[in-house]
Amino acid sequence: MAVYISEGKNGEIIAKITGEIDHHAARWLRADIDTAIQDKNPKRLLIDFSGVSFMDSSGVGLVMGRYKNMAGRGGTVSLVNMPEYIEKVMRLAGMDRLLSGKED
Amino acid sequence: MKKVLNEMKLSFPGLSENERFARAAVGGFVSIKNPRLDELNDIKTAVSEAVTNCIVHAYRDSVGVIELTAKLTEEGVYIKIRDRGCGIEDVKKAMEPLYTTLADEERSGLGFSVMQSLCDSVTVKSKPGSGTSVVLTKRLRTKL
Repeated sequence: MAVYISEGKNGEIIAKITGEIDHHAARWLRADIDTAIQDKNPKRLLIDFSGVSFMDSSGVGLVMGRYKNMAGRGGTVSLVNMPEYIEKVMRLAGMDRLLSGKED
Repeated sequence: MKKVLNEMKLSFPGLSENERFARAAVGGFVSIKNPRLDELNDIKTAVSEAVTNCIVHAYRDSVGVIELTAKLTEEGVYIKIRDRGCGIEDVKKAMEPLYTTLADEERSGLGFSVMQSLCDSVTVKSKPGSGTSVVLTKRLRTKL
Protein backbone atom coordinates (compact mmCIF):
# COMPACT_ATOMS: atom_id res chain seq x y z
CA MET A 1 0.00 0.00 0.00
CA ALA A 2 1.28 3.45 -0.90
CA VAL A 3 0.03 6.83 -2.03
CA TYR A 4 1.81 8.93 -4.63
CA ILE A 5 1.04 12.64 -4.44
CA SER A 6 1.40 14.92 -7.48
CA GLU A 7 0.05 18.27 -8.63
CA GLY A 8 -2.24 18.58 -11.65
CA LYS A 9 -2.29 21.28 -14.34
CA ASN A 10 -5.01 23.27 -12.62
CA GLY A 11 -3.53 23.28 -9.13
CA GLU A 12 -5.36 20.19 -7.97
CA ILE A 13 -3.67 17.51 -5.90
CA ILE A 14 -3.71 13.99 -7.28
CA ALA A 15 -3.41 11.18 -4.72
CA LYS A 16 -2.78 7.91 -6.53
CA ILE A 17 -3.29 4.99 -4.16
CA THR A 18 -1.79 1.58 -4.85
CA GLY A 19 -2.31 -1.75 -3.09
CA GLU A 20 -5.03 -2.69 -0.64
CA ILE A 21 -7.16 -0.30 1.42
CA ASP A 22 -8.31 -1.68 4.75
CA HIS A 23 -8.42 -0.38 8.32
CA HIS A 24 -4.71 -1.10 8.78
CA ALA A 25 -3.67 0.78 5.64
CA ALA A 26 -6.18 3.63 5.92
CA ARG A 27 -4.46 5.32 8.85
CA TRP A 28 -1.22 5.76 6.86
CA LEU A 29 -3.00 6.85 3.71
CA ARG A 30 -5.02 9.36 5.72
CA ALA A 31 -1.89 10.89 7.25
CA ASP A 32 -0.08 11.20 3.90
CA ILE A 33 -3.02 12.73 2.04
CA ASP A 34 -3.85 15.17 4.85
CA THR A 35 -0.22 16.30 4.98
CA ALA A 36 -0.36 17.08 1.25
CA ILE A 37 -3.63 19.00 1.69
CA GLN A 38 -2.11 20.95 4.55
CA ASP A 39 1.02 21.80 2.56
CA LYS A 40 -0.58 22.64 -0.81
CA ASN A 41 -4.01 23.91 0.21
CA PRO A 42 -5.60 22.84 -3.11
CA LYS A 43 -9.13 23.63 -4.27
CA ARG A 44 -9.60 20.10 -5.54
CA LEU A 45 -8.38 16.71 -4.38
CA LEU A 46 -8.46 13.96 -6.95
CA ILE A 47 -8.12 10.42 -5.60
CA ASP A 48 -6.98 7.91 -8.23
CA PHE A 49 -7.96 4.29 -7.48
CA SER A 50 -6.47 2.72 -10.60
CA GLY A 51 -3.76 0.95 -8.57
CA VAL A 52 -6.05 -0.30 -5.80
CA SER A 53 -6.48 -4.08 -5.73
CA PHE A 54 -8.80 -4.34 -2.71
CA MET A 55 -10.98 -2.04 -0.62
CA ASP A 56 -13.44 -2.57 2.22
CA SER A 57 -15.56 0.03 4.05
CA SER A 58 -12.40 1.51 5.60
CA GLY A 59 -11.88 3.09 2.18
CA VAL A 60 -15.29 4.73 2.46
CA GLY A 61 -14.24 6.20 5.81
CA LEU A 62 -11.01 7.41 4.20
CA VAL A 63 -12.92 9.23 1.44
CA MET A 64 -15.52 10.64 3.86
CA GLY A 65 -12.76 12.04 6.06
CA ARG A 66 -10.94 13.69 3.13
CA TYR A 67 -14.27 15.05 1.85
CA LYS A 68 -14.87 16.75 5.23
CA ASN A 69 -11.31 18.06 5.30
CA MET A 70 -11.60 19.57 1.80
CA ALA A 71 -15.14 20.89 2.36
CA GLY A 72 -13.89 22.70 5.46
CA ARG A 73 -11.42 24.54 3.22
CA GLY A 74 -13.98 25.27 0.51
CA GLY A 75 -12.54 22.56 -1.72
CA THR A 76 -13.89 19.46 -3.46
CA VAL A 77 -13.01 15.79 -3.84
CA SER A 78 -13.28 13.65 -6.99
CA LEU A 79 -12.75 9.91 -7.26
CA VAL A 80 -11.34 8.59 -10.53
CA ASN A 81 -10.33 5.35 -12.23
CA MET A 82 -12.27 3.21 -9.79
CA PRO A 83 -12.42 -0.54 -10.53
CA GLU A 84 -15.94 -2.00 -10.58
CA TYR A 85 -15.54 -4.06 -7.40
CA ILE A 86 -14.51 -0.96 -5.45
CA GLU A 87 -17.29 1.12 -6.96
CA LYS A 88 -19.74 -1.45 -5.59
CA VAL A 89 -18.69 -0.61 -1.99
CA MET A 90 -18.70 3.15 -2.71
CA ARG A 91 -22.22 2.99 -4.14
CA LEU A 92 -23.44 1.30 -0.96
CA ALA A 93 -22.27 4.36 0.95
CA GLY A 94 -23.78 6.80 -1.54
CA MET A 95 -20.30 8.06 -2.37
CA ASP A 96 -20.77 7.44 -6.09
CA ARG A 97 -21.76 11.09 -6.56
CA LEU A 98 -18.05 11.89 -6.16
CA LEU A 99 -17.12 9.58 -9.04
CA SER A 100 -15.62 11.39 -12.00
CA GLY A 101 -14.99 8.44 -14.29
CA LYS A 102 -11.63 8.04 -15.93
CA GLU A 103 -8.80 10.53 -16.04
CA ASP A 104 -5.25 10.31 -17.29
CA MET B 1 -26.11 -26.93 6.18
CA LYS B 2 -25.24 -28.94 3.07
CA LYS B 3 -22.57 -31.61 3.13
CA VAL B 4 -19.15 -30.15 3.99
CA LEU B 5 -16.54 -30.85 1.31
CA ASN B 6 -13.59 -29.05 2.84
CA GLU B 7 -12.87 -27.13 6.01
CA MET B 8 -10.22 -24.94 7.61
CA LYS B 9 -9.73 -23.33 11.00
CA LEU B 10 -7.53 -20.41 11.90
CA SER B 11 -6.70 -18.69 15.16
CA PHE B 12 -4.74 -15.46 15.14
CA PRO B 13 -4.21 -12.34 17.29
CA GLY B 14 -6.38 -9.31 16.61
CA LEU B 15 -3.64 -7.19 15.09
CA SER B 16 -4.64 -4.88 12.27
CA GLU B 17 -2.06 -6.38 9.90
CA ASN B 18 -3.97 -9.66 10.24
CA GLU B 19 -7.00 -8.17 8.44
CA ARG B 20 -5.08 -8.77 5.23
CA PHE B 21 -3.90 -12.21 6.34
CA ALA B 22 -7.46 -13.34 7.18
CA ARG B 23 -9.00 -12.35 3.85
CA ALA B 24 -6.01 -13.73 1.93
CA ALA B 25 -6.29 -17.06 3.78
CA VAL B 26 -10.03 -17.36 3.13
CA GLY B 27 -9.51 -16.22 -0.46
CA GLY B 28 -6.90 -18.92 -0.95
CA PHE B 29 -9.13 -21.56 0.61
CA VAL B 30 -12.17 -20.65 -1.52
CA SER B 31 -9.99 -20.39 -4.64
CA ILE B 32 -9.53 -24.16 -4.55
CA LYS B 33 -12.93 -24.36 -6.23
CA ASN B 34 -12.24 -21.73 -8.90
CA PRO B 35 -15.00 -19.26 -7.99
CA ARG B 36 -15.84 -16.29 -10.16
CA LEU B 37 -13.62 -13.29 -9.46
CA ASP B 38 -16.52 -11.12 -8.28
CA GLU B 39 -17.62 -13.84 -5.85
CA LEU B 40 -14.10 -14.16 -4.50
CA ASN B 41 -13.84 -10.37 -4.03
CA ASP B 42 -17.21 -10.32 -2.24
CA ILE B 43 -16.08 -13.03 0.19
CA LYS B 44 -12.73 -11.37 0.89
CA THR B 45 -14.42 -8.01 1.49
CA ALA B 46 -17.01 -9.49 3.88
CA VAL B 47 -14.28 -11.33 5.85
CA SER B 48 -12.22 -8.15 6.04
CA GLU B 49 -15.21 -6.28 7.49
CA ALA B 50 -15.91 -8.93 10.13
CA VAL B 51 -12.27 -9.24 11.21
CA THR B 52 -11.89 -5.46 11.34
CA ASN B 53 -14.91 -5.29 13.66
CA CYS B 54 -13.17 -7.71 16.04
CA ILE B 55 -10.02 -5.59 16.07
CA VAL B 56 -11.65 -2.16 16.21
CA HIS B 57 -14.58 -2.90 18.52
CA ALA B 58 -14.33 -6.25 20.33
CA TYR B 59 -10.67 -5.90 21.29
CA ARG B 60 -10.59 -2.12 21.41
CA ASP B 61 -8.27 -1.95 24.43
CA SER B 62 -6.45 -5.26 24.03
CA VAL B 63 -5.23 -7.78 21.48
CA GLY B 64 -7.37 -10.89 21.77
CA VAL B 65 -7.68 -14.03 19.71
CA ILE B 66 -9.85 -14.22 16.61
CA GLU B 67 -11.06 -17.65 15.52
CA LEU B 68 -12.05 -18.18 11.92
CA THR B 69 -13.69 -21.28 10.48
CA ALA B 70 -14.41 -21.68 6.77
CA LYS B 71 -16.27 -24.54 5.11
CA LEU B 72 -16.93 -25.31 1.49
CA THR B 73 -20.24 -27.08 1.01
CA GLU B 74 -22.03 -28.37 -2.08
CA GLU B 75 -23.83 -25.05 -2.18
CA GLY B 76 -21.15 -22.50 -1.42
CA VAL B 77 -19.14 -21.16 1.46
CA TYR B 78 -19.78 -20.86 5.21
CA ILE B 79 -17.50 -18.63 7.30
CA LYS B 80 -17.61 -18.08 11.04
CA ILE B 81 -15.58 -15.32 12.70
CA ARG B 82 -15.52 -15.38 16.47
CA ASP B 83 -14.00 -13.14 19.12
CA ARG B 84 -14.11 -13.24 22.90
CA GLY B 85 -14.09 -9.50 23.32
CA CYS B 86 -16.49 -6.96 24.81
CA GLY B 87 -19.59 -8.08 22.89
CA ILE B 88 -22.37 -5.93 21.45
CA GLU B 89 -25.13 -4.50 23.67
CA ASP B 90 -27.63 -3.99 20.85
CA VAL B 91 -26.94 -6.09 17.76
CA LYS B 92 -29.92 -4.69 15.84
CA LYS B 93 -28.68 -1.14 16.36
CA ALA B 94 -25.09 -2.09 15.47
CA MET B 95 -26.30 -3.49 12.15
CA GLU B 96 -28.07 -0.30 11.10
CA PRO B 97 -26.39 1.34 8.08
CA LEU B 98 -24.05 4.21 9.00
CA TYR B 99 -24.34 3.51 12.74
CA THR B 100 -20.92 3.80 14.33
CA THR B 101 -19.55 4.42 17.79
CA LEU B 102 -16.23 5.54 16.30
CA ALA B 103 -17.03 8.40 13.92
CA ASP B 104 -13.96 10.29 15.17
CA GLU B 105 -11.78 7.47 13.85
CA GLU B 106 -13.39 7.68 10.42
CA ARG B 107 -15.28 4.41 10.73
CA SER B 108 -18.09 4.62 8.19
CA GLY B 109 -20.59 2.42 10.05
CA LEU B 110 -21.03 0.31 6.94
CA GLY B 111 -19.32 -2.92 7.98
CA PHE B 112 -22.46 -4.99 8.51
CA SER B 113 -24.21 -3.36 5.52
CA VAL B 114 -21.33 -4.38 3.28
CA MET B 115 -21.41 -7.94 4.66
CA GLN B 116 -25.18 -8.15 4.09
CA SER B 117 -24.90 -6.74 0.61
CA LEU B 118 -22.15 -9.15 -0.49
CA CYS B 119 -23.31 -12.36 1.24
CA ASP B 120 -26.54 -14.37 1.15
CA SER B 121 -26.84 -14.39 4.93
CA VAL B 122 -25.20 -12.70 7.90
CA THR B 123 -25.98 -14.00 11.39
CA VAL B 124 -24.65 -12.20 14.45
CA LYS B 125 -24.71 -13.59 17.97
CA SER B 126 -23.29 -11.58 20.80
CA LYS B 127 -23.22 -11.42 24.56
CA PRO B 128 -21.78 -8.39 26.34
CA GLY B 129 -18.60 -9.40 28.11
CA SER B 130 -18.33 -12.74 26.33
CA GLY B 131 -17.81 -11.94 22.67
CA THR B 132 -19.42 -12.05 19.26
CA SER B 133 -19.72 -14.52 16.43
CA VAL B 134 -20.55 -13.59 12.85
CA VAL B 135 -21.57 -16.28 10.37
CA LEU B 136 -21.45 -15.43 6.68
CA THR B 137 -22.80 -17.69 3.95
CA LYS B 138 -22.60 -17.22 0.24
CA ARG B 139 -23.74 -19.46 -2.59
CA LEU B 140 -21.22 -19.85 -5.35
CA ARG B 141 -22.27 -20.11 -8.96
CA THR B 142 -19.29 -22.33 -9.49
CA LYS B 143 -20.35 -25.94 -9.16
CA LEU B 144 -18.39 -27.40 -6.26
